[in-house]
Amino acid sequence: MSEISKEQVKHVAHLARLAISDEEVETMTKQLGDIINYAELLNELDTDHVKPTTHVLDLKNVMRKDEPRKWIEKEDALKNAPDQKDGQFRVPSILE
Amino acid sequence: MSLFDYTLKELQEKLHNKEITITDLVNASYERINEVDDQVHAFLTLNEEGARENAKELEQLANDHTNLLFGIPAGIKDNLVTKGLRTTCASQLLDNFNDPLYNATVVDRLNKERTVTIGKLNMDEFAMGSSNENSSYTATRNPWNTDYVPGGSSGGSAAAVAANEVFFSLGSDTGGSIRQPAAFCGVVGLKPTYGLVSRFGLVAFASSLDQIGPITRTVEDNAHVLQAIAGHDEMDSTSANITVPDYSAAFKENVKGMKIAVPKEYLQEGVTPEVKEAVLQALKVYEDLGATWEEVSLPHSKYAVAAYYLLSSSEASANLARFDGVRYGVRSEQATNMLDMFKLSRSEGFGDEVKRRIMLGTFALSSGYYDAYYKKAQKVRTLIKNDFEKVFEDYDVIIGPTTPTPAFKVGEKTDDPLTMYANDILTIPVNLAGVPGISVPCGFSTNGLPIGLQIIGKHFDETTIYRTAYAFEQATDHHKKRPTLGGAK
Repeated sequence: MSEISKEQVKHVAHLARLAISDEEVETMTKQLGDIINYAELLNELDTDHVKPTTHVLDLKNVMRKDEPRKWIEKEDALKNAPDQKDGQFRVPSILE
Repeated sequence: MSLFDYTLKELQEKLHNKEITITDLVNASYERINEVDDQVHAFLTLNEEGARENAKELEQLANDHTNLLFGIPAGIKDNLVTKGLRTTCASQLLDNFNDPLYNATVVDRLNKERTVTIGKLNMDEFAMGSSNENSSYTATRNPWNTDYVPGGSSGGSAAAVAANEVFFSLGSDTGGSIRQPAAFCGVVGLKPTYGLVSRFGLVAFASSLDQIGPITRTVEDNAHVLQAIAGHDEMDSTSANITVPDYSAAFKENVKGMKIAVPKEYLQEGVTPEVKEAVLQALKVYEDLGATWEEVSLPHSKYAVAAYYLLSSSEASANLARFDGVRYGVRSEQATNMLDMFKLSRSEGFGDEVKRRIMLGTFALSSGYYDAYYKKAQKVRTLIKNDFEKVFEDYDVIIGPTTPTPAFKVGEKTDDPLTMYANDILTIPVNLAGVPGISVPCGFSTNGLPIGLQIIGKHFDETTIYRTAYAFEQATDHHKKRPTLGGAK
């Protein structure tokens, strides 16, 4: 049985850019633990010599010509933004 | 008879003979929505003004009568981007996404066929869920009995068709999200082969599994909609560059001599006796039609749910990183610095199930756990895919139930994520293998809820699926029954 600790849950939440409350840490620790335990089922299978499937179809890298194309105008790109200034997306300060 | 009793082909004849107008069809949709949607809750956003204008414009155009989608009112799942029409994925995070900049390729293709968009359909938030109870707005209800869930995540898409609110709809299917609600609501839902339909403009959940597909009242209608949306698209690098066959060929052939495989794992414990009986009855119909069936094994089926949740959540954790409150969506007003802005916007915007899956995926991809969980699941995916390939060496199609049980009650499975996940045990393997699968109505439970028959085909062999489904539909009348919501129809 694998366990997942509260500290791990907090660390994963940070990696995932989620702010979670102490209460959520409790539930997440239990629920993620249950799901991870359930996933241990996969260890019944010997997969040492099995190739992983990332994609079901035999796809190759798809390239197109490197030519500029008209897509979305700047003002359109900005119109759904929560905040904007001088034709740019505006965010809170990054540096202290 | 109501206009909703006609097939697309019959409606087109009526339009051509001027018995009805496109405005009549659009009116029929909105009248029905006004009548029953406060019980069904299938729609998140209506496009009433736009649809009526569109109908008037289309009425000025000549129709050659061979385009079976001309002027047909359709509903679109709310994770498909529609230019200028609000697209929320049923998430508070996109509550203010009122003016999307472009259409998903499938929406463009429907527009090219001149369908009329009636509105955007409810779903589990970001397509994560099997009951529609994860919508952050309101839970869609099953039109056959509103105490029951419609299934999910395309619950709104299936319920709207079942409740006669639209003539067809589009859904998306990552682990069963078209087929399971189609089964629960007694309609026809196809998940196409991975790569057949462009995913451009589908808000991504798990990119190696997601496919868009049609939900309709008949098999033939389903094929007509697929015909319009299938085919290569340079905007989706995983779109297969193949020639799309003429699916109507499926309706010219019978199933005599067809070889059907029935996986024993699909009729095992967890599948209720009523569902099993309905599937066995369906197999009897196929015998009478001259097909043969044999029991086979897909031995890795029991590992599919675990592999699926690791893979789909991992992909989701990467895909949903784009929701950061910078370019679109709702931004938290609490934050004073950039990192907090990301964290608080995401935490306030995402619901519990979405957070849970982002956390699971982030964990499975994190340093030290990648090989044990993510890579392991990818290897198991190979074994599951091989199971299908092996069976398809000897058989034309695989048949089983779409779901182990008919629709369950609202609130019945919300406490434990794993119980909810187990509901998708018969649909998930199909996505992992990338093969196509359809759900067609095959009977009713004693409490009057629909049961779905799942027909699974080889890669890009939707034609054989349609042929098989059509033969059953012609021989039975399950698809003709409609829910009696709101009294008379």
